[in-house]
Amino acid sequence: MIEAVGLTKRYGAKTAVYNLSFQVRPGVVTGFLGPNGSGKSTTMRMILGLDRPSAGHVTIGGHPFRQLPNAPRQVGALLDAKAVHGGRSARSHLLSLAQLAGIPAQRVDEVLGVVGLQDVAKRRSKGFSLGMGQRLGIAAALLGDPQVLLFDEPVNGLDPEGILWVRNLMKKLAAEGRTVFVSSHLMSEMALTADHLIVIGRGQLLADMSVTDFISANSADFARVRTPHTEPGQREKLTAALMEAGGQVMSEPDGALRVTGLPLPRISDLAHDADVRLWELSPHQASLEEAYMRLTQGAVDYRSTDDRLAHLQPPQQPGHQGYGMPPQPVVQDVPQQGWYAPPPPGQNPYAGAPGQQPVPGPYAPPAAQQPAAPQPSDTTKDAR
Amino acid sequence: MAAVSAVLQSEWTKIRTVSSTVWTLASALIVTVAIGAALSAVFNSTFDDLSEVERATFDPTLVSFFGMTLGQLAMVVFGVLVVGTEYSSGMIRTSLAAVPQRATFLFSKITVAGGLAFAVGLATSFLSFFLGQALLGEHRASIGDDNVLRAVIGGGLYMGLIALFSMGVAAMLRSSMLSLGILMPFFFLVSQILAAVPKVKEVARYFPDQAGSKIMQVVPDAMNTEEAPYGPWAGLGIMVLWVVAALAGGYLVMKKRDA
Amino acid sequence: MIELEGLTKRYGAKTAVDHLSFQVRPGVITGFLGPNGAGKSTTMRMMLDLDNPTSGTVRIDGKHYRELQEPLKYIGALLDAKAMNGGRSAYNNLLCLAQSNRIPERRVSEVLDLVGLTPVARKKSKGFSLGMGQRLGIASALLGDPEILMFDEPVNGLDPEGIHWIRNLMKALAAEGRTIFVSSHLMSEMALTADHLIVIGQGKLLADTTMADFIQENSRSYVRLRSPQQERLRDLLHAHGFIAVEAGNGTIEVDGATTEKLGELAAENGLVLHELSSQRASLEEAFMQMTASAVEYHAHGTDVHGGAPAPGPQWGTTSQGA
Repeated sequence: MIEAVGLTKRYGAKTAVYNLSFQVRPGVVTGFLGPNGSGKSTTMRMILGLDRPSAGHVTIGGHPFRQLPNAPRQVGALLDAKAVHGGRSARSHLLSLAQLAGIPAQRVDEVLGVVGLQDVAKRRSKGFSLGMGQRLGIAAALLGDPQVLLFDEPVNGLDPEGILWVRNLMKKLAAEGRTVFVSSHLMSEMALTADHLIVIGRGQLLADMSVTDFISANSADFARVRTPHTEPGQREKLTAALMEAGGQVMSEPDGALRVTGLPLPRISDLAHDADVRLWELSPHQASLEEAYMRLTQGAVDYRSTDDRLAHLQPPQQPGHQGYGMPPQPVVQDVPQQGWYAPPPPGQNPYAGAPGQQPVPGPYAPPAAQQPAAPQPSDTTKDAR
Repeated sequence: MAAVSAVLQSEWTKIRTVSSTVWTLASALIVTVAIGAALSAVFNSTFDDLSEVERATFDPTLVSFFGMTLGQLAMVVFGVLVVGTEYSSGMIRTSLAAVPQRATFLFSKITVAGGLAFAVGLATSFLSFFLGQALLGEHRASIGDDNVLRAVIGGGLYMGLIALFSMGVAAMLRSSMLSLGILMPFFFLVSQILAAVPKVKEVARYFPDQAGSKIMQVVPDAMNTEEAPYGPWAGLGIMVLWVVAALAGGYLVMKKRDA
Repeated sequence: MIELEGLTKRYGAKTAVDHLSFQVRPGVITGFLGPNGAGKSTTMRMMLDLDNPTSGTVRIDGKHYRELQEPLKYIGALLDAKAMNGGRSAYNNLLCLAQSNRIPERRVSEVLDLVGLTPVARKKSKGFSLGMGQRLGIASALLGDPEILMFDEPVNGLDPEGIHWIRNLMKALAAEGRTIFVSSHLMSEMALTADHLIVIGQGKLLADTTMADFIQENSRSYVRLRSPQQERLRDLLHAHGFIAVEAGNGTIEVDGATTEKLGELAAENGLVLHELSSQRASLEEAFMQMTASAVEYHAHGTDVHGGAPAPGPQWGTTSQGA
């Protein structure tokens, strides 16, 4: 259990973390999210006693980190894969850590096996790839068999197999009743790993809830409905029935309907009553990424502007929908709202979100930078 | 072929936008001039303590260039960093993706950096000469004297060639640290020590710095040293051969090896 | 268009890339996948003529890389966020690249603006975070407004906003008809970005196919049904020769059927369906299945905390929309 109470950190005039209070509970994987510069790393460092809070305090199992008896056996952390003496072999690096904490040497070989580095254990870690360095860092975190584990961007540099392994490892550690606190920028990864989320922005708590609650609180689910394309009349009939029943209906490029505001059984009943046969009726949940983007808008440093070249591009390419993801809605037909779909380039997916002013989202270039007319390759075409 | 003029311009931007250029070249100039001036003043005040032979072979021009022994090391650093930083920073991959023709890339870089090194070298040698002579009082040489102008210009060329040689070595070794680790002790210690060992010095006088520095002597056996079996221009020629070999080696390594 | 023909790279006895032939076509985003050590980076470096192939060729629009005049105008690459001189400002790093390819100086400010680095353009790039370094690398790739772009792990170090931005940027560039070649280890990210996939393992080509086909071929797809009349539905399915499996939660899974067919069947028999959705595996699952034998550094689960990558429900079939 990690507990932060009124945690605050100031660097001169800049407040990195302000009045942060949360608990990280054992038995679940808790994700720690926030844009760059939101104070995630500072918070992690304060938890580990590396930085001193300006106000407030944070404890692990009831004790501040620095007062923990034999901290390495209670808390394991992966902060930075490169925090290893490169001239040493992986094994001797771990051995030195083990000796400091009074951990038997045999545990070193054990954790090397766990992370799959046993074959390169004798090699100097200088030659390690980012992914191997990451594995070594995870090995170091596991060394003391601690009850509390902190991981900062654990999948950085890992390949798909490694990512999968880390994900399962964290779930397993949590299932064993340990406290697992993971920060990451990869929303899709977090959605698969974490049970609970703590989101901060500009050093302040934005959300502290379960992943499912977080997604439903910050986005809308929808149903995808398809009628026989052989009978176009059925689609119109169903659309009318759904809208009459209070649902919002939008059309997708392949002719399917996106329905919000009606549960699936109700759609089924309405179709039945209207004598419409369904070829598809599938539930879709918005992604964690969309929910997160919604929440953290306005708390982002270093925002990028859209490529002005992007405005050149045709609004929709028929027959060229994304594969492996839901087809994108026809944006020019319907106002895009409520769910996340990778927006067509150059469009701002959030500008028309319900309950929000159509302010430029993070991807729309500031108005001043928007060229009156797209003039893409002007800079180089003439130089060619 | 990428346009050579464009690549030259790009290399010039690279050189002028890193701070190491200023501090290495400034140290080369200041160290050489300052030490040359100090030693000139010392020789002037202790001239009468010199032995008979030494007084007979006294070479005021060479004395004002004594600072180069140390100042050349800054030139070595400049030359090594110009090439080596491409490798240590990882910029080399970006650079070669932009200019895939290895010869255009390397020789443009060397032309720009070498040109700059020659310019600073000449400024250094003229400054060293005039300041040194001013401090040598009645023992001074004049720029109009026989062979003096040759020695002064030669001093500038020597500085430039040292930088070029270092660039070639750095291109061969592809590492700043390794190149400096070899070149600094070589020029500062090894070459000078070997030059004092009998028999070995017969070989050592064909080292680039030993051969090239003969150009700065007006008196062939200056300060009662042994006369070299080659003239001043031949000595510089030997140094040029070393430089050409180093640059050719650097080019071959860049061409053959993976970036 | 990038064409590889029999591209091979050997380091001593080890073959990193083994007779690789494929084409990267314009107008779509081509994902480049493979486990660590599969030869992805080596291949990308050879494509840029940074490494010399042992044999085989790479052609960029029909030409060898070294024959390209001002290559940045043909092909831009993000290989490594650290491939810049840290002692130079972001602006000057880009300026010297621009000058070498006769790209006008104002394009430097333009691309810096594009990647959101304008506020730190005059700062030395060695103080940059990984994410900022990545943005600088992306800026350098875009500098010559090239028709071909290569990105190696572009989202490395970026925060969610940055990830979202680069994904949309790549889509915009592909939609303009450019050739986009992107490698990544993040399957979930690739699934959202790429249209076409090239998969290699141990230096050999494993797949060169569209995303949809790749997933189809390398994993199970089925239809999920939910009905208040579950018993009747199951009997009906069995009667029509479908293999229906109850998957808990009141759902029935049917292999080898389309939603169209099952929808018609239900309608004919007056069955109410509360769900009728086709389920596909994730890209990750498909990828794992394909490359299972080609992975270096296997983590294995002898330890209590270990956990070998056990295929299981936690990463198995996710709804295609999730």
